[in-house]
This record gives sequence, C-alpha cells and structure tokens, in this order.
Amino acid sequence: MTSSRRDFLKIAGASALTLLAPSIFVPTWAEDAMVIPPGRAYGPTPALSARRWAMAVDLARCTTDCTDCIAACHAVHNVPNFSNSKDDVKWIWTEPFTAVFPAENHPYSGQALQKLKVPVLCNHCDNPPCVRVCPTGATFARPDGIVMMDYHRCIGCRLCMAACPYGARSMNYRDPRPGISAINPNFPTRAKGVVEKCNFCEERLAKGIPPACVAACRQKALVFGDVEDPRSDIRLLLEKRFSLRRRAHLGTGPQIYYLL
Amino acid sequence: MLEKALHGRRGYWMWIACLILVAAVGFFFYMRQLDYGLGITGMSRDVSWGLYIAQFTFLVGVAASAVMLVLPYYLHDYKAFGKITVLGEFLAVAAVVMCILFVFVDLGRPARVLNVLLHPQPASILFWDMVVLSGYLLINIVTGWVILSCAKKDIPPPAWIKPVIYLSIPWAISIHTVTAFIYAGLPGRSFWLTAIMAPRFLASAFASGPALLILVCLILRRWGGFDAGEKAIQALAKIVAYALAVSLFFVGVELFTAFYSGIPEHEAQFIYLFAGLHGHTGLVGWMWAFAVLAAGALAVLLIPGLRKQETWLAPACVAVFASLWIEKGLGLVLPGFIPSPLEAMTEYHPTGPEIAITLGVWAVGFLILTVFYKIFTTVRGGIVSVPAGPAAGGR
Repeated sequence: MTSSRRDFLKIAGASALTLLAPSIFVPTWAEDAMVIPPGRAYGPTPALSARRWAMAVDLARCTTDCTDCIAACHAVHNVPNFSNSKDDVKWIWTEPFTAVFPAENHPYSGQALQKLKVPVLCNHCDNPPCVRVCPTGATFARPDGIVMMDYHRCIGCRLCMAACPYGARSMNYRDPRPGISAINPNFPTRAKGVVEKCNFCEERLAKGIPPACVAACRQKALVFGDVEDPRSDIRLLLEKRFSLRRRAHLGTGPQIYYLL
Repeated sequence: MLEKALHGRRGYWMWIACLILVAAVGFFFYMRQLDYGLGITGMSRDVSWGLYIAQFTFLVGVAASAVMLVLPYYLHDYKAFGKITVLGEFLAVAAVVMCILFVFVDLGRPARVLNVLLHPQPASILFWDMVVLSGYLLINIVTGWVILSCAKKDIPPPAWIKPVIYLSIPWAISIHTVTAFIYAGLPGRSFWLTAIMAPRFLASAFASGPALLILVCLILRRWGGFDAGEKAIQALAKIVAYALAVSLFFVGVELFTAFYSGIPEHEAQFIYLFAGLHGHTGLVGWMWAFAVLAAGALAVLLIPGLRKQETWLAPACVAVFASLWIEKGLGLVLPGFIPSPLEAMTEYHPTGPEIAITLGVWAVGFLILTVFYKIFTTVRGGIVSVPAGPAAGGR
C-alpha cells in the first residue's frame, strides 16, 4: 500500500496531538501531594506559623556600619558576591535613608537622618506586582504572605524585576557558584538565568527557627512576627511607635515596617 | 511556491549570503551567551532590560504595516493597495518572527520557555502577549500565502479568507495594546505608567511600519521588477505623515504632563533623556537625533512638493524609521530603569556580543523578508505586466 502525502500528514498531526496527553491525564491531586503546606514542619521542632508574616526595622536600634544581618543572610542562602555591581545578587542590603524614603527627604532634615543607612529587602507585599506579572507562576504568594520563587520554573524573563517598585529582585546573570565563598549545603544554590530574592527564611521557619537576619542582629533591631496576631511583639511595637513603609502609596501593601 | 525563491541573479544570492553570514555570527555569540549567561550583555541588576527588549518593542510596531494596507483596501475598497496588501502581510510576518526571537534571546533560561504554556497565568500580560503575537503571525502567514497562491493560479481567493482578514485588523490593534500594557501596568516605573502608552505604540507603529513599506516598494520598483504604483506609495506616505504627527504630539503631551505637574518622579526620566541627570547623559545624543530626524521627516512628508519626489521621500522614510527606532526602542525601555527605584543612576551600554546577537536576529528577519518578497515579485511579475519606464525593473 502506498500512502499519500495526505495520509502521512493525518498520521503526523494525530501523533502531534498525543503530546498534549500528559497535561490531560496527570490528575491535579498528584501535583498537590508534592506541596508542603506553609506552617507544616519538616524537622524535629514544630514549625513557626502565622496568619501574616511581617518585619519591623527599628531604625533607632539599627547601627549604621553594622552588616551582621547581610552577612548572615547571604551566607545561609548561598548568595554570591561578585566584584562588579552589574552582576550583583542581593537579598538584604543597606541604602541611604534619603533613597529609601525620597518623599520624606528635605534639605533641612537633620544630619543624623541624612547619613542614616537603612536595611532594605523584599517587602513581601500584600498585593505583589511581581506575582501578578510572572508569566509562569514561578513567583507566588503563600497564604501566610511570603512571596516565594520557584527556581525551577523561572524562565528568566525579568518582568518581575521591572514590576518590583523596590528593586528587591536580582537576576543570576552568570553562574553564581564561583561567587560563593563557602557553600551552605543545607540550602540550594541557584543556576544562571533565574531571578531570586529574599524568601523570609521560609526554610528556617519550617524548622521552627527565626529568619537568619533577625537571629544575627545583636541590636535586636529586626522584629519578625505575625501582624495578624494582636499580642505579637511586632503588633505591640506598631501600636506604640510611628512607622513608615516604602512607597506604600503604590498600593502594594509592603510588609516591612520602618520604626522611627 | 517556495521554489521561486531558489532562482535569482548574482546580486540576490550575494544579499542572501551576507544575511546568512550576519545571522551565523549572531548565532555564534548566542551560543556564547547560552554558555556564560546574560551577563555577557550590558544588562545589570538596575537596568534589567536592554537592546533585545528595545528591538522587540520597536518591531511590534513595524508589524502594524499590514493593517494600514488591509484596512483601506478591504474596509474602504481603496483599490490602489490591492496589489501590495500581501507585501504588508509578509513584512508583518518577518517583524513578528523577529519580535519572538528577541524575546527568546532575552530569556535567562530559554529551554523553559514552554512553561508559559504549561503553567499559563491569565493575570500576566506577557502570557497574553505570547498569545496575540503568535496569533498575529499565524493570521498573516495564512492570509499572505493564500492570496498569493490564488494570484499565482489566477483564481479569486476563497471566501473563508475574508473573515480572517477582517480579524487581522482588531488583532493588529491588540498586539500593540497588549505590548504597551506590559509596560503601562507596572506600579513602580513612572515613565511607563501612563494611559497613553498604548495609543503611543499605535501611532508610532502606523508611522514606522508603512515607512519601511514605502522603502520596500521603492527598492522593488528599482531592483525587484515590481511597481506598487505611485498612487499607493503616495497614499502610504500620507499615512506615515499623519501617524508621525500624532506620535510626536503624544510625546509632547507626555512632556507637558511631566513638567507642568512638576512631580519629580515623572520629570526625572525625561530630564535624563533630553538633558542628562546627575551627570549621566547616555541617551541625550540619541534623543536629540530622534527629535531632529522626526521633525525633518515630518516637514518633508507634510509638503506635497517634496513628498512626491522620490529623492526626498526615501530619506524621509529612512528618518522616520530611524527616529522611531530610537524613540520606541532604547528611548522607551531604558528610562523605565534609570533612575532606579532606589534612585541609583546606573547607565546601560550594550556589549559587542549583545550587538552581534541583535544584528543576527535582524538578519534572520530580513532573510525571511527577502525570500517572501522574492516569491512575491516572481509570482506577481508573471501576472501583472510591469509598466515599462525608467524606474520599472526592465533589467
């Protein structure tokens, strides 16, 4: 039997359609089983859980030249350090107060404020633009408010970097491993071509320990907790003290509170 | 019909060889980029999009060329465009292919690109951009090919193609709107956060696409043995004139809003563009080149005596294309990042490999265009008797 070109195309088309089969036949419950729900422990100690995680930065306690929180975070999370700023990867770092809160800056504000350095990190927004724009769902928000990255799904389009009004996201413009002085085997290193950022130490919360930056701060300037819990330390602080949030007028609902 | 592209004179093959060479050089550097990562480009933590996305944004505009021919011909029965709608459709195909390639080479992990379809996110504008761009590509390939095939066989086009052609008109609007929304919907980038972003995209698209089409028609008349007709070329020139005027008006409107309101975060990027900010003047020369080229081109296109002379029209169209390449390319993408959200002034300078990859993608686009137009002129040359004249391809 000689098959015509028409028959060949029919068979080729039908074969191509079978490529769609996996997406139809993999049941959704099989995917769900792979997810560890937020707040569920995977270590011996119970996990820390919250209805809404947030952080307060007490600027009265934070000392300008201290970089303990940065060093701790970047060591724990295998954040590389390259000599050129172009390839920078940063999860938590400091910026001048005047750049962090440009609207609060005027020529007559005191010297102390002008010279103040402020720690900045991902704001884990209530209404995160990065999550909204991500074309693959690689960045997503958990019910407890942590905005997370799936490094295996990210395609590296960097739309989230354009969307973030805080400059909190970094792209791995090159293989990060040569830039890591000592690799922490308990946390994955990333590969080139994906975007990353602060994850509020969700891997530590699951083991029942507070975020690395909070634990490293000797001044106790970083207060981490559940803002939905009226008796939490962070809520008591927000009751008493005046606080600022970065670019809150954009409607992103940032969850890092700066106490003055 | 593809076999028609396999017969050409020496000049044709030289041109093809040049394009393949440039594309091959681009491919070589793309392999380097795949190996090292996007750090091989000038992009940085602060300026996270550069030359690639600038080309993508500009070329979405060029893809509009088709609709400016299809709309007058099919909706208003403007007969002069009848011969050349296919040219517009093939130009759109080449432009959209380049758009897709530019997004692709910009990806950090290109092997995962299908994640956009495997995990579709309806809230993401980039997802919708993928949908509308691939749809527009398909529509233009189908309509261009079917109409040309029918012309070759000397039969009227099938009835089912009409609705597809009508669909291509709103679809062309959609590719600009959706691409503009990628930018206009971001809360922290005040340069892009403007409601006239989509109208600006449309206006500049209707200038840059038809301007390239006029140049193509002039080239085909001189070297390709195909005459689009003076009436069609002049009608296109008027479209370019109107669209360019509207486009410049929109830029002026943006400048007024930024500077009269006096809001620093809206002013800063325009100051950076046209005067330089805090000693950083990377785009000032480019933006004034845009202003001078666009104003000069508009003057030529508005004066009928000049517009009707090929010696004025051709440079004016080159100026329109070049000026909008600046304005809708780097002039639109970079100020979104400079100054950064933390007020850092990080400038962007494309690297050699990045430029080579960019030229490579352009070469692929022009290769597609050349092959399609070769087929077109061969098929059309066989049907329409080309009027003999000094400029008509008698050679």
